[in-house]
Amino acid sequence: MLNDYLPIIILLVLATVLGFLVLIIGALFGPRRPTQRKAAPYESGMIPYGPGTRRISVRYYLVAVLFILFDIETVFFLPWAVVFRQLGWFALIEMLVFIGILLIGFVYVWKKGALEWE
Amino acid sequence: MPTVNDFLLILPEVVLLIWALLILLIDLWIPDTKKYYTAVLSAAGLVISAGCAFALLGRTGSAFSNMVVLDGFSSVLSILFLLSGLAAVALAYDYLKRNAAQRGEYYTLLLFSIAGMMLMASANDLIMVFLSLELLSIPLYILAGFFRPRLASEEAALKYFLLGAFSSAILLFGIAWIYGSTGHTDFPGIVASIDGGRANYLLLLIGAGLLLVGFGFKIGVFPFHMWVPDTYQGSPSSIGAFMTVATKAAGFAALLRVFLVLFPAEAPIMAGILWGLSAASMIFGNTVAIAQMNMKRLLAYSSIANAGYILMAFVPYGNPVIAQEAVSSALFYLLAYALTSFGAWAVMIALEPAESDGLLLQDFSGLGRKYPWLGAALLISMLSFIGVPLTMGFWGKFYLFKTAVDGSQIPLVLIGLLTSLVSAYYYLRIVMFAYFKPGEPQIQPGRWASVVAVICAAGIFVLSFIPTPVFQFAAQMIMGMK
Amino acid sequence: MFLSEIFSDPAFSLVPWVVFFPLAGIILNLIFSRRWEEKLTALTACLAAGGSFVISLLLMLALTHHPEGATITLLEWINTGSLQINWAFRVDTLSVTMMLVVSGVGTLIHIYAAGYMHYDVRINGDPSRYSRFFIFFNLFILAMMLLVSADNYLMLFVGWEGVGLCSYLLIGFWFEKGADGIANARAAKKAFLVNRIGDVGLLIALFLMFWNFGSLQFDTVFARAPEVAAATPAVLLAMTLFMLLGVAGKSAQLPLYVWLPDAMAGPTPVSALIHAATMVTAGVYLVARSHTLYSLVPAAQTTVVWLGALTALFAATIAVAQNDIKKVLAYSTISQLGFMVAAVGMGAFTAGLFHLTTHAFFKALLFLAAGSVILGMEDVRKLDETNLSDSFHHSHVDPQDMTLMGGLRRKMPVTFWVYLMGALALAGIAPLAGFFSKDEILAAASQNGLLVFLVLLAAAFLTAFYMGRQLWLVFFGKPRSENAENARENTALIVLPLILLAGLTVLGGLLNFPGSLALEGWLEHTLGKGINGEFNSMVAGISLIVSITGLVTAWFVYSRYSGEIKKLDPLEDMFGAVFIGARNKWYVDELYHAIIVRPLEGLSQQLAQPVDQGLIDGIAVGFGSLTKAIAQSWRSIENGFVRSYALALLLGIVLIFSYLVIR
Repeated sequence: MLNDYLPIIILLVLATVLGFLVLIIGALFGPRRPTQRKAAPYESGMIPYGPGTRRISVRYYLVAVLFILFDIETVFFLPWAVVFRQLGWFALIEMLVFIGILLIGFVYVWKKGALEWE
Repeated sequence: MPTVNDFLLILPEVVLLIWALLILLIDLWIPDTKKYYTAVLSAAGLVISAGCAFALLGRTGSAFSNMVVLDGFSSVLSILFLLSGLAAVALAYDYLKRNAAQRGEYYTLLLFSIAGMMLMASANDLIMVFLSLELLSIPLYILAGFFRPRLASEEAALKYFLLGAFSSAILLFGIAWIYGSTGHTDFPGIVASIDGGRANYLLLLIGAGLLLVGFGFKIGVFPFHMWVPDTYQGSPSSIGAFMTVATKAAGFAALLRVFLVLFPAEAPIMAGILWGLSAASMIFGNTVAIAQMNMKRLLAYSSIANAGYILMAFVPYGNPVIAQEAVSSALFYLLAYALTSFGAWAVMIALEPAESDGLLLQDFSGLGRKYPWLGAALLISMLSFIGVPLTMGFWGKFYLFKTAVDGSQIPLVLIGLLTSLVSAYYYLRIVMFAYFKPGEPQIQPGRWASVVAVICAAGIFVLSFIPTPVFQFAAQMIMGMK
Repeated sequence: MFLSEIFSDPAFSLVPWVVFFPLAGIILNLIFSRRWEEKLTALTACLAAGGSFVISLLLMLALTHHPEGATITLLEWINTGSLQINWAFRVDTLSVTMMLVVSGVGTLIHIYAAGYMHYDVRINGDPSRYSRFFIFFNLFILAMMLLVSADNYLMLFVGWEGVGLCSYLLIGFWFEKGADGIANARAAKKAFLVNRIGDVGLLIALFLMFWNFGSLQFDTVFARAPEVAAATPAVLLAMTLFMLLGVAGKSAQLPLYVWLPDAMAGPTPVSALIHAATMVTAGVYLVARSHTLYSLVPAAQTTVVWLGALTALFAATIAVAQNDIKKVLAYSTISQLGFMVAAVGMGAFTAGLFHLTTHAFFKALLFLAAGSVILGMEDVRKLDETNLSDSFHHSHVDPQDMTLMGGLRRKMPVTFWVYLMGALALAGIAPLAGFFSKDEILAAASQNGLLVFLVLLAAAFLTAFYMGRQLWLVFFGKPRSENAENARENTALIVLPLILLAGLTVLGGLLNFPGSLALEGWLEHTLGKGINGEFNSMVAGISLIVSITGLVTAWFVYSRYSGEIKKLDPLEDMFGAVFIGARNKWYVDELYHAIIVRPLEGLSQQLAQPVDQGLIDGIAVGFGSLTKAIAQSWRSIENGFVRSYALALLLGIVLIFSYLVIR
């Protein structure tokens, strides 16, 4: 039965080898001319400023969590849409229930004021 | 495709979840000064769900492609969870008001957690076990920190969450190993695979061991108990009471079902591990409780010891006859323990002043004289914890010990008896404070908590006159298991 | 076939209510009595007892149609291994007779107590104990009903211990009162301890029974008794004798009778209900119930007979010399219980139970009337007038001392007449209840053996004598103290039950009137044909003559005494040291003290320091501190850091895995 997993193991090995290979080839053959700008931490192409351990407002986390929550909703839509026709009415009702539950959550969040920044 | 019948079999859970969602919504428009509406509503939901569970009592069947089963075992435990929830609502009402934490989310989260427990007791698929475990745990993480921004409460919640996540991961890991071994997560599939000799034995054993760790965390046996005292002490007392009873019962529900159904053949090996866990819990819990002066921590250690007692009967579960007896005894003990534990917690909650993290034992001084009913409830609960005759605790221990003796676990029974003896010291010390020390309780006892205390004490006393019918009810209920 | 032949009477299924009614009374009074007035509390308690009586009556009516009775199983109780015991009630003629006596007399005494305790709690200065009294009283009815309606020995034992507990609680009802503020508590303790000796005997008997019969259920035990008796007669002998120890404790027989006189420390209704009419007869009931066992062991029967007969005589001699009105009645109770025990020992169960019933009537009557006398001597009217319990103080006169009474016949006429009825019945004067029942016992004794007969006859003579003495001292002559001078009749609530009981005392003989023998036929269904004293005109004549002689002698001796305060008792003039000996109860208490209590105390004194405090405490405390030390060191495992907690979890996993690997 473990034979079924053989492709995965091969993939794992290949991926690891390939990853190291690329790094090693780059290190061996690539030119190395460091400047101060190049050595700086990468931050979406902007010039970094301030210390790395800056404090971030807790509100970001709240928004992030809410984002994930409703993001997952979208994720569920995708497979549902694929088999929607085979499953018929049942799938529709199930999805309505699902959305309904999320809607309750949404109303809750809204009413509690979690969507307001201040 | 699911049919109406599928939903009918999990009707109590469905009702409870819908109710919880509705309360979440309705509560938004209930002002803070009128949160008793939420409390009453949630109690009504629990009662309705319990009514459904009663109606389903005696029915068996499986639903959703064998994801969940309904049998006497799950029905009885569902009712136990729902009644525990009712107690937790009653205990919380005065208590939350006193602590200025009247937030409606308490009740919603409680209902969600109970639904998780009920599903856990009827789970018939390892994925379902995991999902219901999360459904019961996540609301509890929040409830443990319900006294935000009080530091102790937040600390309790964080510790519980971190360690809970850790143990969930281990449980999931165990599920993965079992899936790896058998290629199935549903119980019938796993059993068929094992019986057919297609399972990898070593992987299966490792998986079983990891599952045991996961469940052991939930029921709080040594050495997976570390979170118990800190979490119980920091979280709101009503949640502490709820966790000692309901969470533990849910953990046992899953443990008993998974091991009885999936691993009967591995019993000789597992028995050694269970033996060790049981003995260590009894010894550790009862011993360390002696050093506690805080009632909440004391009850926490007592709950560790009690988990050890229940596990004791389960050690020889490989023998089908003993297993039957063990599950009945465990159910019986869970009932006795629920009454006893809620009784003790209720007395404490009734007397706990605002902003405290549990009463010290000294705070019970003068209770017996000032509030004789509460004093009597405390006395009866403590006697029941020790296992003195004329209490349910006595019969609970009696059946557990008897099962263990029938399974020829004499050394374990001796440990149980000796540690019970040790436990008498700290339980009776509370009684000593309540009756023999001069003093005065600090506050006027909360009404609903007092009611719960007296009802539990009356139950402990009255049911102790009819232990056999109760036990046989439990035995009859588990006949249709699997 | 009629349905009624297939099914037992539906009324039988009512039997658990004889217990539920008092239980309801207790619960209601526990919850509400703080808010209720006294009247409501008393009414609840009386209705609870009365409810039991009504149920008992219904059961009796049902039994007249279905004399074979029934066993009603309420609940399964213990079912483990070979031990199987139910909460089951047995309805048969024997148990229903006991139920009727207990609840009937009990209800009357409840009503009496409603009036009596009103004064008693105020005299003793704590009116809040009124409701406590009735809760205890209902609890007693409950326990007694359990005892007599049990279908197995364990349930009987529960009732047995229950009545013992109530007895303890009620003897010590005024636990802070009495000589030195401790005498009442001591009396309660004594009753409890002495009864424990008996109870241990009963327990051993039960152990033997379960060991040899494998059951504690009446029918099973009795069915297997003959084979066990044939195989191992010694076991049955031991069983019955240990049971007899229990009987001696509960029914105050030699050598364990000493607690009953002290038990008079309880309020008078307690003495009447528990220590005269009902609880102390439990031993008689037990022997009657176990008659199958006793009839198989003649040696045990002989022991029972002699125990009863000697107790009857011994206690009667003491009663002659007592001055306390209740003490006389207490020793009289012991003596009469001796009669009953002797009767059931002879196999004359009907006679024993007949006497039990009539004795319940007239002894309850005597005690209650004595209580009325005591209240009269206390002059409780003052209470009603001032209505302030604080202002009432004891008039430092002992209201129970007969030498201070006298002439109460005119002051308390109703009490006098009912007392006279009771006294004559007890003495065994012709048409009253006591005559017939005592006569049956004597008739049975005359068949049993001359010596027993003579002993019982002597006891009967003394009985008549001391009752005559008491009548004379209390009611005749001139008042010998100011209190007696001021005595007045009591309220209707107190007097009414007295009149009812007096009626029963007069008519009680009809229960088993010679010729009709209703009770005998009734009990035959349960007890079978026993040896029964046929009405024997010669024995009856002898006993009547003896009784009248006793009364007349008392009149001769004590008519000279009246009117002279604090003179020596005339008997003391005549008999000197013998009388002093009787007055001091033949020094039995002192004897027990010298040979049992003192040596035991001495031994404990010796053992206390080196053995108990040194060795045993040392071990106990040592283990205790060791455990505590371990607890202290282990609690530091719980250090509050999540990382260590997670580490412990991990270590647990490692341990489990290493176990899996190693094995």
